[in-house]
Amino acid sequence: MRIAIIDTSTTRAAIISDGLREAGLDDLVIIDPSGPLVAQIESTSPEVVLINLENPSRDLLEDFFAMSRALARPIAMFVDQSDAEATGAAIDAGVSAYVVDGLSKQRIKPVVELAVRRFQAFSRLQRELDDAKNALAERAVIDKAKAILMKRRQIAEPEAYALLRGQAMRTNRRISEIAEAIVTSDALMGEIE
Amino acid sequence: MTGERFRIGFLPLVDAALPILAHELGFAEREGLHIELVRDMTWATVRDRLLYDHTDAAHMIAPLAIATALGRDRPAVPLAVPFVLGLNGNAVTFSTSLSDAVGLGDTLGDPQAVGAALRTIAAARKAAGKPLRFGVVHRYSSHNYMLRYWLAGVGILPDDDVEIVVTSPPFAADALAAGEVDGICVGEPWNSIAVDRGVGHIALATAQIWRRGVEKVLAMRAATLDERRDVVEALVRALHAAAAHFVEPDTVEASAEILARPEYLDAPRDAVLRAITDRIRLAPGGEPMHYPDFMFQYREAANFPWRSQAAWLYSQMVRWDYMTFDPAQAATAGQVFRPDVYRSALAGSGAPLPGASSKLEGGLAEPIGAGSTQGRLTLGSDRFFDGRAFDPDDIESYLAELP
Repeated sequence: MRIAIIDTSTTRAAIISDGLREAGLDDLVIIDPSGPLVAQIESTSPEVVLINLENPSRDLLEDFFAMSRALARPIAMFVDQSDAEATGAAIDAGVSAYVVDGLSKQRIKPVVELAVRRFQAFSRLQRELDDAKNALAERAVIDKAKAILMKRRQIAEPEAYALLRGQAMRTNRRISEIAEAIVTSDALMGEIE
Repeated sequence: MTGERFRIGFLPLVDAALPILAHELGFAEREGLHIELVRDMTWATVRDRLLYDHTDAAHMIAPLAIATALGRDRPAVPLAVPFVLGLNGNAVTFSTSLSDAVGLGDTLGDPQAVGAALRTIAAARKAAGKPLRFGVVHRYSSHNYMLRYWLAGVGILPDDDVEIVVTSPPFAADALAAGEVDGICVGEPWNSIAVDRGVGHIALATAQIWRRGVEKVLAMRAATLDERRDVVEALVRALHAAAAHFVEPDTVEASAEILARPEYLDAPRDAVLRAITDRIRLAPGGEPMHYPDFMFQYREAANFPWRSQAAWLYSQMVRWDYMTFDPAQAATAGQVFRPDVYRSALAGSGAPLPGASSKLEGGLAEPIGAGSTQGRLTLGSDRFFDGRAFDPDDIESYLAELP
């Protein structure tokens, strides 16, 4: 069963194809997102197409599938009416699947389920990465605010931190928000003594 | 009713204005609603989010709502359209080389004359083995049906003499610039962006093809309407109030400012402003010209979902999907539009409410008073460029007479 993967994220495409290979599905085509989409699909004639939900080429792709009704094995969107939950889960995970007409449900289901799991794993990774990036950015802004306070008030680092923390607790805001306000006001008013 | 959450999917287009303004300017809050807007880049994604409950309603191209209800390309899901978000607002833009070949002038040309010039070029290009190619935003879009109506009406067979492909609006100017297409039929601000980038020349406004053509609608699952009827009626009132505000001349600057923002259209404010004030710059470097009714968002009960509009779209679906006319399907298509919900939502508000739910489309050459159950209603000219009229009760004869 030949499976084509179209994804704006090459990392996610790799994660999905690894998963499919591990499951013994190794007839895979990874579509180059910068190349001509329809020509690539046409020349590889996949039986299943997996595409990320937010891919900007989906309208174009669906038009091609609709036109391909004239072909021997037309492709349609994977909508299993007996199991709307499965399609819903795929949409929730951010993946849509298109399959050729007549492919048995038993064969498609594991592919879609696997893609869903891999999409979810990717989102989790992305979230963790974003959190880590935010944490780093927050730490940087807090350090900057501390340095400003130390210089302006001629105090030591622990006292500067205590000031930030105290203000945050009193105003019910995050330390990073207080720090950001200090850095911003310093940038605007730094020259005024 | 307070704080009812209602999620609405949209594409970054000028005619997503009403839900955006209803949210931004407090018309929704006043009705006890909290609108959450969900921005996407393709109609396929807008549709999927609507069908799988990521959204409660969507800004949608009208033919796609009907195609979804009829189960074209996928299993049918009953949809309801209680409100039309606008009429027209699209244009046909040629690449600069096609514009030169056709001889587009400084003003909008006559659809017949531009079509006649285009026919000669289309024939030459076809004979040379390189047929003209046009991009439309979706196969089930009013853009596709308007373009095809015009081409067929001037003797160009859309599926034989030229090629029509799908190009997403935000990429349409790129496709023109790269020479992938010779013309596009898209919504604003994407025609104006192509002109401002120097890669296109606006040939026609779609309002010249059908003066009162139905464009975007507010679509939702029929089940949502049944379960949350009160909320939907409140939303109709909020959108209607937003529409009244939107067409006030002194609000346009502020509206353009909001729409242009990155979370909405993420487009140049000036291009948005030109579209919503019916001023279009036809050619690179030219002065914008005023074309009244380029976009039509409020007057003449423009937001009323006439069943005859749905029927016309169904007739074009039959025509271009090469289907056989089916009275049951025609009835299903017509029932997607819900004038009854519009009426009950706006009863007692002073908004003009048409007495009929269906009308002859394209039958009016002059403005005329129309029967209403509330308020005074005048309908302006709604002509098709070829002068034909559409009788929703006799779709078969209409189809038989079309070229």
